[in-house]
Amino acid sequence: MQVPQPFSPDDLARRRRRSIAMAAVLIIMVALFFITTLVRLGGNVAERVL
Amino acid sequence: MAQRPAELATETLPTTLGGQGDVADFVALLKPRVMSLVVFSAVVGLVAAPGSIHPWLGFVAILCIALGAGASGALNMWYDADIDALMKRTASRPVPRGAVSPQEALGFGLTLAIASVLMLGLFVNVLAAALLAFTIFFYVVIYTMWLKRWTPQNIVIGGAAGAFPPMVAWAAAANSIDLGAIALFLLIFFWTPPHFWALALFREGDYEKAGVPMLPNVAGRPETKKQILLYSIALLPAASLPLLTGTAGNLYAIAGSLLTLNFIRLAMAVFKASARENEDKASKKLFGYSIIWLFAMLLLVLVEHLLALPLWTAVF
Repeated sequence: MQVPQPFSPDDLARRRRRSIAMAAVLIIMVALFFITTLVRLGGNVAERVL
Repeated sequence: MAQRPAELATETLPTTLGGQGDVADFVALLKPRVMSLVVFSAVVGLVAAPGSIHPWLGFVAILCIALGAGASGALNMWYDADIDALMKRTASRPVPRGAVSPQEALGFGLTLAIASVLMLGLFVNVLAAALLAFTIFFYVVIYTMWLKRWTPQNIVIGGAAGAFPPMVAWAAAANSIDLGAIALFLLIFFWTPPHFWALALFREGDYEKAGVPMLPNVAGRPETKKQILLYSIALLPAASLPLLTGTAGNLYAIAGSLLTLNFIRLAMAVFKASARENEDKASKKLFGYSIIWLFAMLLLVLVEHLLALPLWTAVF
């Protein structure tokens, strides 16, 4: 059976960079969805019939 | 002291837990250079389309198209890792190099593909999303999995995948497909064969080694040179379609004609080249020029629309 090698410091550094990149992408996605929702709603919420 | 089996295995097997690629490796999976041309052609389609789209939604549409192109690139690299490893041009890609595992490339590509199509459908319109989904399917399944390893006409038909982005962007802006969108599609569609066959001429050995049936190693170099010339001549009517559909104007007509005639001149030089060395030199020149040609033709359409220059009256 193949046993995985332990992570080297380089592996851990790359993993950290990937994690940071993924966090950045998620934050950008949240902003993208929020702004796009506002743009698509436009004035329709304020002007809705109550 | 005797080693325990696990320690022994750890020392002798080059196995890792996977997922050791750097951020740059995942960026490379997106084929950034191809993506930049896709984004540019999509911007042209978005600007040239009739009707208006909110600038933010236009940005979102371009972003989704770029993500879709990236997804296609990642899925292509997942499927083609075996032949990529055999070719000098592609051997250093993340999957054959071992930086990213095939499973990671597959997961990454599928996630991006699904996300880009869903986002385009939810935020912009369903027609554009359906076209983007079809584009990804066409590139990955029709071109990569089927045509590429089967027929030397692979890039003629498969080239459609690269021609779709301006049409997707057009659909995003206009929520319809007009003849102008088809004209932009055909412009890129007819550009693809001479562009890739010029590359295949000076990279013939690579494709042969990988068993990819490109025209030079199947039909021979003289036939390839003839086909390059014929498709280059076909660019002249194809490049006039944006004029006839009212998508371009005088600036495009004059500059575009000169650019296309120069394209044909360089294709003729490839056709006439006799010694292998001269052929390679001429085809490298044509390959480089073909990239500039497409960029310039699309730029002309973009400039005419941005400056609101008068366009030709549509014939069709």
